[in-house]
Amino acid sequence: MTNEALIGLIFLPLLGACATVLPGRFATYLGILSGLAPLPLLLVAVTLSVAQNGPGFLELGGWAAPLGIRLFVDPLAVLMLWMVAIIGGLAAIHAWCDFPPASPSGQRFWPLWLLLTSAMNALFLSADLFNLYVCLELITLTAIPLIALTGSKTAVRAAMRYLLLALLASLLYLLGVALLYNATGTLDLYLMRDALAAAPPAAVVATLALISLGLLLKGAVFPLHVWLPKAHASAPGPVSAVLSALVVKTAIYLLYRVWLWSVPATVAAEQALTLLAILGAGALLYGGVLALLQQRLKLVIAYSTVAQLGYLLLILPMASSGAWPVAWQGGTYQLLSHGLAKAAMFLAAANILHALGSDRLSDLQRLDQRQPLSLFALAVAGVSIMGLPPSGGFLAKWLLLDAAFRSGQWWLLAVLVAGSLLAAAYVFRILAASLRRDDPTEADPVADTKAIPNVQTACAVLLALLALAAGFAAAPMIEFIGPGAPGAWSRP
Amino acid sequence: MNPSALIYLLTAAIVFGIGLHGLLQSRQILRQLLCINLMGGGIFLLLITLGGGADGPPDPVPQAMVLTGIVIAVSATAFALALLLRWHELGDSTELDAVANADANTHDE
Repeated sequence: MTNEALIGLIFLPLLGACATVLPGRFATYLGILSGLAPLPLLLVAVTLSVAQNGPGFLELGGWAAPLGIRLFVDPLAVLMLWMVAIIGGLAAIHAWCDFPPASPSGQRFWPLWLLLTSAMNALFLSADLFNLYVCLELITLTAIPLIALTGSKTAVRAAMRYLLLALLASLLYLLGVALLYNATGTLDLYLMRDALAAAPPAAVVATLALISLGLLLKGAVFPLHVWLPKAHASAPGPVSAVLSALVVKTAIYLLYRVWLWSVPATVAAEQALTLLAILGAGALLYGGVLALLQQRLKLVIAYSTVAQLGYLLLILPMASSGAWPVAWQGGTYQLLSHGLAKAAMFLAAANILHALGSDRLSDLQRLDQRQPLSLFALAVAGVSIMGLPPSGGFLAKWLLLDAAFRSGQWWLLAVLVAGSLLAAAYVFRILAASLRRDDPTEADPVADTKAIPNVQTACAVLLALLALAAGFAAAPMIEFIGPGAPGAWSRP
Repeated sequence: MNPSALIYLLTAAIVFGIGLHGLLQSRQILRQLLCINLMGGGIFLLLITLGGGADGPPDPVPQAMVLTGIVIAVSATAFALALLLRWHELGDSTELDAVANADANTHDE
């Protein structure tokens, strides 16, 4: 049953995408519904199975590793799959209004959207490095057309730059994989550790450097984030939400898998993890400052993504310390709560952009009267981004602070606090701009506001409330996530 | 390692290097795409050479990887060319402005 569910998670959206390009309205509706609606049900089955039996492999076609290509499911993968189902699902409902399935724009949008969903699900389940390369490419080649969909000059420019850098990143990753296969004779993430420990050190360093560089570029980790803000800010609303909440995290997820599951725990590896964390700290501070300087709402939110991704790398140097379980819980909780909150912010920003015709901060005045619910979603999601209680973001940041304190990594403590302060500053800057009431010359800004479909408002509000609720539902989730990679890094 | 494998390895490295150099040097998008394809060709050559099997039959896994890689490279190039055409129609330009410029620029256009 679980095996069928795992295969369904990948193939239902894929088949749905094929159905949407068939002629006729019926096929389009059928493709979208059959591709997206069953995902939560399948996930319930997978979650129950993982909670009961622990992590498991699925050997496709009965071919065992190393020859066969395996799927692997564990709590981290289940968490990511749920994020795809929930965030992707709500963003899809939001997109339904802007891209009606029967319209020409919808016919371009939905096949790409379903393929992207399928590719992300496949990535979170794959255990084979080359299979993961194919998934990364599929994600790139479906996410970028979605950005360019509006056809505006800004969007096409952002898409082109993203594409060139993403192709370079893929090639670096592929070169790393080629060297890795030569050095170890395996591509399986979970068979690699012993082979890596026995391989010549120079080959291992080159391999890991190339793979990590490719992933850092795809994950828009400072200082390789240059493509992200414009690409995320110029995409249609639901696409921005999925890009920031899910797509960039696929690269971070793979960094976790490679470094925590597959690399032997040595001193050199520990130094590499510290280096990654320094990049994360850079992202947190630089992204936060740049977010403060932006003049447009969507750019503020996009730079906030650059900053918030930094948290995910900050946990890495604690992998060998006694504080690791706490750090891991904080990291995974940050994955979840940032995903929910950021998707809520982008959907709310899309509503505001539609209603006002502009997302310049200077045009947001009296937003509380013009778009009260969108502003509410923005503010509630902002609470989670800042890390104020009782949100999911608060819990994530609290766990990270706790772990940094316990492991004695004082510099991490300072970075974490500074990052939260910057986040508070840029969120309050948005709120201040929205509540302003100057400019009496303007006739009546409330009357100029276009109405937004209630469904679109509801999607943003629901995601923001979920980000808040993540703070309350923590105990069972943290128990489910567990201590991270099994026995990867020996912990005293 | 036999001498012919060494020639292939060197060629792979040179082809990859030329591609990387060209990608970083040129501003023309079409050239950059060609360079990306060159780099891909270098990696494919490397994979085939490394899987050549000095004493036994060649390893089939790298060959399968290269086949898949070629399919991906072709689709990525096709999409990139379509996007480039669109970009050309929009602005009558075949270049992007410098990355540093786009990043530091905090205003919309």
